[in-house]
Amino acid sequence: MTENLHSSSLGLEESTSPDHRDLLFVNLGPSHPATHGALRAFCALDGETIVAAVVEQGYLHRGFEKDCESHTFQQAIPYTDRLNYVSAMMNNVGYCKAVEKMLGIQIPDRAVTLRVLICELNRIIDHVVCVGANLVDLGALTNFWYFFNVREKVYDILEKLCGARLTSSYTRIGGLMRDVYPEFGDEVRAVLQDVQTSLKDVKGLIAKNRIFLDRTKDVCVITKERAISYGFTGPTLRACGMDYDLRKAEPYYGYDQYEFEVPVGTTGDVYDRIFVRLYEVEESISIILQALKRLPEGPIMTDDKRVALPPKTQTYGNIEGLMNHFKIIMHGICPEPGEIYDATEAANGELGYTIIADGSKNPYRVKCRPPCFMNFAAFGEMIEGSMVADAIANLGSINIIAGELDR
Amino acid sequence: MEATEIVEQLNHSLPGTVRNVLDRFGQAELEIDPVRTVEVLRFLQQTPGLEFNMLVDLVSLDYSTFPGWTGPRFGLLYLLKSLTQGHRLQVKTYLSAENPQSPSVTSLWANANHLEREAFDQMGIRFTGHPNLKRLLNHHEFVGHPLRKDYPITRRQALSANQSLMDEMEARLKERGIS
Amino acid sequence: MGIEEFPAITTRLDAVQAWGRSNSLWPLAFGTACCAIEFMSVAASVFDLSRFGAELIRFSPRQSDLLLVAGTVTFKQAPILRQIWEQMPDPKWVISMGVCASSGGFYNNYCTVQGIDQIVPVDVYIAGCPPRPEAILEAVMKIQHKIANPRTTPASQFLVKEPHFDY
Repeated sequence: MTENLHSSSLGLEESTSPDHRDLLFVNLGPSHPATHGALRAFCALDGETIVAAVVEQGYLHRGFEKDCESHTFQQAIPYTDRLNYVSAMMNNVGYCKAVEKMLGIQIPDRAVTLRVLICELNRIIDHVVCVGANLVDLGALTNFWYFFNVREKVYDILEKLCGARLTSSYTRIGGLMRDVYPEFGDEVRAVLQDVQTSLKDVKGLIAKNRIFLDRTKDVCVITKERAISYGFTGPTLRACGMDYDLRKAEPYYGYDQYEFEVPVGTTGDVYDRIFVRLYEVEESISIILQALKRLPEGPIMTDDKRVALPPKTQTYGNIEGLMNHFKIIMHGICPEPGEIYDATEAANGELGYTIIADGSKNPYRVKCRPPCFMNFAAFGEMIEGSMVADAIANLGSINIIAGELDR
Repeated sequence: MEATEIVEQLNHSLPGTVRNVLDRFGQAELEIDPVRTVEVLRFLQQTPGLEFNMLVDLVSLDYSTFPGWTGPRFGLLYLLKSLTQGHRLQVKTYLSAENPQSPSVTSLWANANHLEREAFDQMGIRFTGHPNLKRLLNHHEFVGHPLRKDYPITRRQALSANQSLMDEMEARLKERGIS
Repeated sequence: MGIEEFPAITTRLDAVQAWGRSNSLWPLAFGTACCAIEFMSVAASVFDLSRFGAELIRFSPRQSDLLLVAGTVTFKQAPILRQIWEQMPDPKWVISMGVCASSGGFYNNYCTVQGIDQIVPVDVYIAGCPPRPEAILEAVMKIQHKIANPRTTPASQFLVKEPHFDY
């Protein structure tokens, strides 16, 4: 195998055409310091400027869709965790929402409010990692430490909530895995104070920083029309000036009753993409505080017998409970044959699931619509004409999570 | 806009394209003639009042083991959305098993390029008129189409060496007029 | 003669070498998936990796001696991993972080390598999905123990065979 390694992977590619002899062909990736997962951009450089770029992905294709076809609906939930792994609970919520809509189940109000709360908390940590890693690529390492301390504090909360720091699998079809612990509200409020402090620190470091502004303003601009044609959604689309947020346009889970604003940029450059995310963190803080105030009492799991495991007193107490438990575990959730597409506003944009059920306990087809797939499709076009350092800054700003990109 | 109005407009301007209309949990799904995919999607994208300016997703489907299925084996589901009008639509085409082919819509939406490459890679549906129909997610030495129902999930295929992207680069340089 | 009369310490050469190598490991974080985020946590301030001397995380294989594979390795990525490992100069050690790198994880399918020991020889395996940062620190400590103990040979000095995939 060592003998047949192509010279291209050594970065010493030579073009076959005699006209291109003075261009340098370089691979950015798939193993590169901008730790955004494994992707590859093959660039033709004229000096330091990228004159042409070709992108390749698939280095983290783990067969999510094929795996879902051989597992039950509930067993697919841990696979969804690993899609956008920096904000894992948002994928869980998106998937469970689609399956619940297919089954026609209404989840209790407490579960709805808690799902909104954890989605916004995960949105905060996603934006925090994205901006932190982006700033590391620009050379501003301190912001990364500030933001990662915040992330560790949120990890402590998530760990107390569901047992895992990163890949949580917190939702279940019909509700949530378990209820929140008693000190949850106070700890979340304390963490939000820390988020505000670190936001202030980071903005203080970068907002008027000459170097930061030179490196991000008017760098790798994409126009609104081009962004829509590429299917951008989320912060990357809002940075181009399009005011579109699924939480406002097609509200779900009571988002129309929360008061929050949607930050919209103007130019569609790296600066706008970073600052839209920072302002969204502030809005998410406000939503979480509102959700904590209105958190109702009640169950966190529906009592629909098709999906909810009965309480243990019922399971061991009477025969109906035992049979119900047996049926759900052994025969699974069997929705009626049908097809559904359902979407939520994840941290990166519109995260949608197309689910086809055929009446058996395994889904027939699950397709995840990854928001950063569309961002990456435009990457080659965005970096042409800019310099290598700008391309790296751009890669961080479009928040490629390889787990979601390649599934 | 309601789905019935959209179907009316379609039947008026492009008669004979819509074969069936279904309701998928609140979203309308139009089954259309696969040969006229580009016409229908262009009409949906460009007619004022419809303005489906975003291709949300392109899902490739294999119905071969679906219980009670009698139609063609493959399906393509175009999920459309209008940011200006605020409505969504699903457009489905069915393709035969022997030679699943569909016209490419890369001229209408820029992300169709990668979405169609993925559908080709995973399901083996060819898109006529696509500028660069290569595998996207699996490696270039992969044989077969893994998401088809007759591909066993544990059939692994190793890669000996990553592909050089020089051919794509040459095409791109020519496109941008650089020598 | 005690230490106060003769200003020098006597020791064995390989002990000094081991002391130097184990306390100045330069990791190459080959991060592909979710485990890379946990690795970022290890490198951050709460679970500080630089306490163990492994602060300099550079992504150049020529300048590092500890290859830390964090995340799932697919068949598309496998030649890249092998090439990175071959570019590292001796002595080198490999940590396989997480179940995906150690055995394929729960991705038993057509595109995932069922453990990176089919591609590169591995010194320490860490289980977990993702492993806690303390587990990664323990693995680094095990590597340090391996370096310091002269009777254990690093895996890379065994017969370096070509990658073989036993499916």
